[in-house]
Amino acid sequence: MTFDIVLWLAQDGITNGAIYALLALALLLVFSVTRVIFVPQGEFISYAALSLALLQAGQVPGVVYVLVGGGLIAAALDLAKAFRSRVWSKIPLVLAAYVAFPCAMAALAWWAAPLKLDLVWQVLIVLGLVVPLGPIVWRIAFQPLANASVLVLFIAAIAAHYVLQGLGLVFFGGEGLRSAAFSDARFALGVIQASAQSLLVIGASIAVMIVLWLFFGRSIYGKALRATAINRVGARLVGIRTELAGTLSFFLAAAIGTLSGILIGPITTIYYDTGFLIGLKGFVGAILGGMASFPLAVAGSIFLGLLEAYASFFSSAFKETIVFLVIIPPLIWLSLRSRHVEEEEEE
Amino acid sequence: MKARLALFALAAAVAGAAQAEIVVGVSLGITGPGASLGVHYRNAYQLMPKTLGGEPVRYIILDDASDPTNAAKNARKLISEDKADVLMGSNGVPSAVQMAQAAAEAKIPMVVLTPANVSGNVLHWSFIVPQTTELMMGAIAGEMKKKGIKTVGYIGYTDTWGDLVYKATESHAAAAGFKIVTNERYARADTSVTGQILKIMAANPDAVVVGGSGTGGALPHVALVERGYKKPIYHNHGTVNAEFIKVGGKNVAGAVAVTGPLVVPEELPDSHPTKKVSLDFTQRYEKAFGAGTRNAFAGYAYDGMLLLDAAVPAALKKAKPGTPEFREALRASLESVKNVVGTHGIYNMDPKTHNGLDERARVVVQVENGAWHYMK
Repeated sequence: MTFDIVLWLAQDGITNGAIYALLALALLLVFSVTRVIFVPQGEFISYAALSLALLQAGQVPGVVYVLVGGGLIAAALDLAKAFRSRVWSKIPLVLAAYVAFPCAMAALAWWAAPLKLDLVWQVLIVLGLVVPLGPIVWRIAFQPLANASVLVLFIAAIAAHYVLQGLGLVFFGGEGLRSAAFSDARFALGVIQASAQSLLVIGASIAVMIVLWLFFGRSIYGKALRATAINRVGARLVGIRTELAGTLSFFLAAAIGTLSGILIGPITTIYYDTGFLIGLKGFVGAILGGMASFPLAVAGSIFLGLLEAYASFFSSAFKETIVFLVIIPPLIWLSLRSRHVEEEEEE
Repeated sequence: MKARLALFALAAAVAGAAQAEIVVGVSLGITGPGASLGVHYRNAYQLMPKTLGGEPVRYIILDDASDPTNAAKNARKLISEDKADVLMGSNGVPSAVQMAQAAAEAKIPMVVLTPANVSGNVLHWSFIVPQTTELMMGAIAGEMKKKGIKTVGYIGYTDTWGDLVYKATESHAAAAGFKIVTNERYARADTSVTGQILKIMAANPDAVVVGGSGTGGALPHVALVERGYKKPIYHNHGTVNAEFIKVGGKNVAGAVAVTGPLVVPEELPDSHPTKKVSLDFTQRYEKAFGAGTRNAFAGYAYDGMLLLDAAVPAALKKAKPGTPEFREALRASLESVKNVVGTHGIYNMDPKTHNGLDERARVVVQVENGAWHYMK
């Protein structure tokens, strides 16, 4: 193993690690605010990457049906609730968010697909198509049981994962797709060449982390989310609407997942079920960070990416075994440290 | 009430009529990880004739979600509830093996649609349609021998398929005069194969053999080309479809693979024994499912039907469908079918291996101008 192989693998590991880090942040965010272990996180990666590849091929991505259909179900749930409580003031907002916007995005995708617009516009359309699915999934699957135990929420998350993955198979088909590279440029970096694509992934990940940091540190919504994460009851007492916190955190998670999908689409072949495994590795990254600290989750994910890269060089047949083996020590440590808090179950 | 009674009567009549037909129980992985192949297999059943050896036939197609446990469950359901006379399936090797075991237990013949390895009593009841991996990789070994290739790098799936292709390639190594210098593994859903590719590049073999399938075969090929690997890259028969080229783009130009003749029937010489059958099936398939949808997998399902079609008349002489005697007769008849011209090749069932294909069932193809073409 020569020095340049070490560097090549490091570049590869850090690129993948940056994606895992983004997903780890999203998972951690959703978990700390809503206590949902967000298994369907990975589906946003597949949806985004496949939608972008289809738009580039001039086809309308099938995700438009998922978006419009999901929006209608979410709106129906809210309308039924309004009907029961006789509070009609929110109806225009509900219709705008769950019906008008998805339909407008679907129409836009329909119109734009054959035109093969510039990459920037295609990326924006994909964001507009896939990100709203986050709040929609929250509204349909999780909001009705927001106060249930972690285990019930986890089961609901697995159900949502299977539904979304099944829809992915129906609308994208079983074969994989690869979207066109944003740039074929390569830069000489000492003995190795860094591709523009992997620099973009790392740069975008750092940018997202800075934005998240500013959002949670400076904005009122970010602070409200943090307050909800620290103490739900207390947050509600001081006037924070925990329902909104759920919508917001799922929106952010979907946005991060979609962005990851757009970034990774040109690097590898994405299948309708690829996202799940990538999301799972983000989850491993978050666990390596103790499932509590954002910086540690990022560090854990980068470590995981590097471990994966070197494992695939030394013993490719056992790569996944090695990668998933490393979560056992942190899990043992976490379960030894934690006292089993019974009151959480009662809430 | 009257209407309901009438319905009962109708149902009884239908059930009575149904006893005269042959029931073929099929389980395929139409969803799950094997879906990209399973869908092609299922499509083939829409093109099947309504009779088998002149007798009406009913195909019952179940989805096993590419899960061997489900495949076994489906097989038992098809045997006990639907009273299947013969089973067909599945598109994953582990699923097919599970079905074959269930079929052997119930003494029902089973037409295996993947190159599965079974033996003993299970093989007694199983008939394997596709070319063996050894037969297919023999063509690749022949190509490599022609080019004077001495060292070969291997990268394949971490699953059974990766093992099968590796062993098949290795079995020809001595005769073709090459040595396999790397045995790297990857998974279809991997985001990167950089580590494996770097290891292959460090060994610097004369050629690389990829043990992937479908679009999954493109990932190592693209990574090799991007890292500047200029020597030949060979693929197995699981890789040949249009999506592979769509995903790989210009990077997979020049990729060489082995496949069945029905992928390039137009370019075959007129003397090729299966040209007519292969061309007819490919044209009908593309008419039904769109241009460019041709693939080897639908052909296996269709050839399975052709084998049954050839075997049923002899079995019908001995017993009626729906009886154990018919199943035993069908098994015996399947074992001795001769010169059945299929889409993939000429089937002469070998009573020892229960696989009937020979060298005529393989052609070498290459990616040129964005499509697979016959390599003369």
